[in-house]
Amino acid sequence: MPIDILMPALSPTMEKGNLSRWLKKEGDKIKPGDVLAEIETDKATMEVEAIDEGVLAKIVVPAGTADVPVNNVIGVIAGEGEDAHSVASGSSPAHEKAPAAVPAAPATVSAAPAFNGQTGPRIFASPLARRIAKEAGLALTAITGTGPHGRIIERDVKAALARAPSVPRVQDLKAPSVPLPAPSDELIRQNYAASSFEEVPHDLMRKTIARRLVEAARTIPHFYLTTDCNLDALISLREAINEAAPKNKEGKPAYKISVNDFIIKALALALIRVPDANATWTESAMLKHKHADVGVAVAIPGGLITPIIRAAETKTLSVISGEMKDYAARARARKLMPEDYQGGSTAVSNLGMFGIKSFSAIINPPQATILAVGAGEPRVIVKNGAPTVAIVMSVTLSCDHRAVDGVLGAELLAAFKTLIEQPAGMLA
Amino acid sequence: MPDAYDILVIGGGPGGYVAAIRAAQLGFKTAVVEREHLGGICLNWGCIPTKALLRSAEIFHTLNHAKDYGLTVEGKIGFDPAAVVKRSRDVSAQLNNGVGFLLKKNKVDVIWGEAAITKPGEVLVTATKKPAMQPSHPVPKGVLGAGTYFAKNIIVATGARPRVIPGIEPDGKLIWTYFEAMVPDRFPQSLIVMGSGAIGIEFASFYRTMGAQVTVVEILPQILPVEDVEIAAHARKRFEKQGIEILTSTKVTKVEKKQDGITATLEDDKGQARTLEAERMISAVGVTGNVENLGLEVLGVKIDHGIIATDGRGRTNIAGLHAIGDVAGPPMLAHKAEHEGVICVEAINGLDPHPLDKLMIPGCTYCNPQVASVGLTEAKAKALGFEVRVGRFPFIGNGKAIALGEPDGLVKTIFDAKTGKLLGAHMVGAEVTELIQGFVIAMNCETTEAELIHSIFPHPTLSETMHESVLDAYGRVIHM
Repeated sequence: MPIDILMPALSPTMEKGNLSRWLKKEGDKIKPGDVLAEIETDKATMEVEAIDEGVLAKIVVPAGTADVPVNNVIGVIAGEGEDAHSVASGSSPAHEKAPAAVPAAPATVSAAPAFNGQTGPRIFASPLARRIAKEAGLALTAITGTGPHGRIIERDVKAALARAPSVPRVQDLKAPSVPLPAPSDELIRQNYAASSFEEVPHDLMRKTIARRLVEAARTIPHFYLTTDCNLDALISLREAINEAAPKNKEGKPAYKISVNDFIIKALALALIRVPDANATWTESAMLKHKHADVGVAVAIPGGLITPIIRAAETKTLSVISGEMKDYAARARARKLMPEDYQGGSTAVSNLGMFGIKSFSAIINPPQATILAVGAGEPRVIVKNGAPTVAIVMSVTLSCDHRAVDGVLGAELLAAFKTLIEQPAGMLA
Repeated sequence: MPDAYDILVIGGGPGGYVAAIRAAQLGFKTAVVEREHLGGICLNWGCIPTKALLRSAEIFHTLNHAKDYGLTVEGKIGFDPAAVVKRSRDVSAQLNNGVGFLLKKNKVDVIWGEAAITKPGEVLVTATKKPAMQPSHPVPKGVLGAGTYFAKNIIVATGARPRVIPGIEPDGKLIWTYFEAMVPDRFPQSLIVMGSGAIGIEFASFYRTMGAQVTVVEILPQILPVEDVEIAAHARKRFEKQGIEILTSTKVTKVEKKQDGITATLEDDKGQARTLEAERMISAVGVTGNVENLGLEVLGVKIDHGIIATDGRGRTNIAGLHAIGDVAGPPMLAHKAEHEGVICVEAINGLDPHPLDKLMIPGCTYCNPQVASVGLTEAKAKALGFEVRVGRFPFIGNGKAIALGEPDGLVKTIFDAKTGKLLGAHMVGAEVTELIQGFVIAMNCETTEAELIHSIFPHPTLSETMHESVLDAYGRVIHM
């Protein structure tokens, strides 16, 4: 039975929204949890996830369509073994209408009944149950009702709360949660003379940055560790490596390793040496990663993105350098795919090229740490009891205290410092 | 067991006959064993006939106040005690007959006699030995007689009887229980009512309205002890204004019987004793479950303080044996028994009903003024650790109450300050027993104050006091 994908309602009052893009093409296989499309309203952006398995038979509403009414069919999924083409040929009346996104928790929208067992666009829940769930931030879609006709009642919400945190919270499901106490846009505008500014509507990236960083700043208990690294040895090694690069006919070297490439590699190796810090916090368990996937913040016009060097500990400096060049180019062209920037256990944010001495960065969830790198500059240091000049770089590690405690963070940073100051260790 | 019933109910009171009808609806082969009167105490000697008496009292009271409404009544306003009682018995007879009809219509067998469970699934019915309370209603036609009956499931619904205080045993002549109080040979000039629960207060109210000197003696510091303290205090003030003497924190220690009256010795909580004379005394110190002579002990049924232990769906510790209503514990109210009966039968049928939530059982007292409540009292809510929001609204702020000439009354609502859950509602005043169901439904649907505030209550009605009480809890009351 082909299943219609309906335009979800992001909020009970939402009437229409913009289909900003499709993440799947017609003919793509779909499995539960796959993100099918992104929907945007004035307030929010959300992902439409699949619950059913099948093939995206037809895209009815193309990407970039504005003002699509809620509950309109935006696409059709063909079930297993069904002929996607015959399905795609037209929406027959026999189509099973999928329940519309439920207003209370619009994130997981798909062609299947909401997973609380209730069908239809309305979730039946007692007023008291709704209120308790709302105040606890519980999504009603995740709660099984035991009242008459599966109605969710107080007892069900309390039972779900007792089971928490396995039950999805509204903020997990609901896309962008705008800071609650934030003043309204209108109130903010009133601070400025009407003609004194130009309004630039947010694009998706800006909204995503805002949402993710608000979430990170609010939910991750950050702490910061700072150390100075002597770069003298690293700079010498870098020159030697770069001088040794084979050159092609035009005299262009095959690679040119940057200090940042060393930093990526050093951070990756440090994570492997201090494996407990190579982790991701979840409510139920710690995810301990087997490889060091290091994100690198890349500034692009209008924002930034953090592509990830996967298993960076296994890669040579020249490979890392090559990947970074590719990422930077694709990032500027906005051609990065989700798999390029999702995941990771740490990230590097380097503002050294702007002469920043030191700063601290906000962790990019679901990662557990981020390294803020300042400029390498000549500083007077004390060596063997005497002042001398060395190239020194200050770095600040932000840690998610839920995943990385103080000593663990310090161990990670110490391992990093050792690798940076004795860079030959990275070549082993 | 060739002729086994699916469900055999012992006791044809409101719990038993409702359980039987529900069982029949679900397709069970069902029988009810009854020894005395279909409809039980409720219909024959409780809820219903007392409402008939109180209706007479109410009209009598209204006639006596006809002038207040601009009406004139020619001649003396009086009453015929025998006719008042007869009307009450007639009402009971009509409904008693009605239960017989309902059981017949639902093809429920009625077995006449006293039942004892001889072993699991087997009930021996013998001719009734207990003399029926007079006047009794005739035995229905077509009932089955004594014998051994078999059933896959037995539901004990044998109800309760008046509790007796040793030394002050009712004798049916000078010391009455509700039985005699309902069919007095003559209306006493003076009366002591021992106990101020629903039964005691209703008789006190009735006899006072009919002209008797009434003294209510309550051992606890508050009359209507299960009610919210404010509501009870409001009711007490009204009773005292009507001339009922109320002695709280006082117990009856001794009763001396005379030719045509009694002398009661009373003692208050400070040990001060006094004597009080009256023509009659009503002992209304609660009821106790009928758990004896049923064979329960032999079967090893768990009984705790005279109450058959059940699991909330009527199951006892013995497979196939269930208990509902008064024998399954307080509150000993007909509507609780009915609901338990339905839950029990549905559980037997595998319908997985929700167990009884005792907090959702309303309580009503049909005195003047009426008292009705559901859920937690303010004190109980606080004791349970709730942070409460309390709303109150007096009848004096309600147009309909004024028009009716019933300006005395109070509605009190108690909310959980955190969630807005309606924890309890307590009312005193005209017709509140008819109003309380609004709050009962609200609680069952788990409304918060928001839905109650958003609901439109018809104007002009007494129910607007309910709305206003909710508004008051949230600082939004209009007519006060």
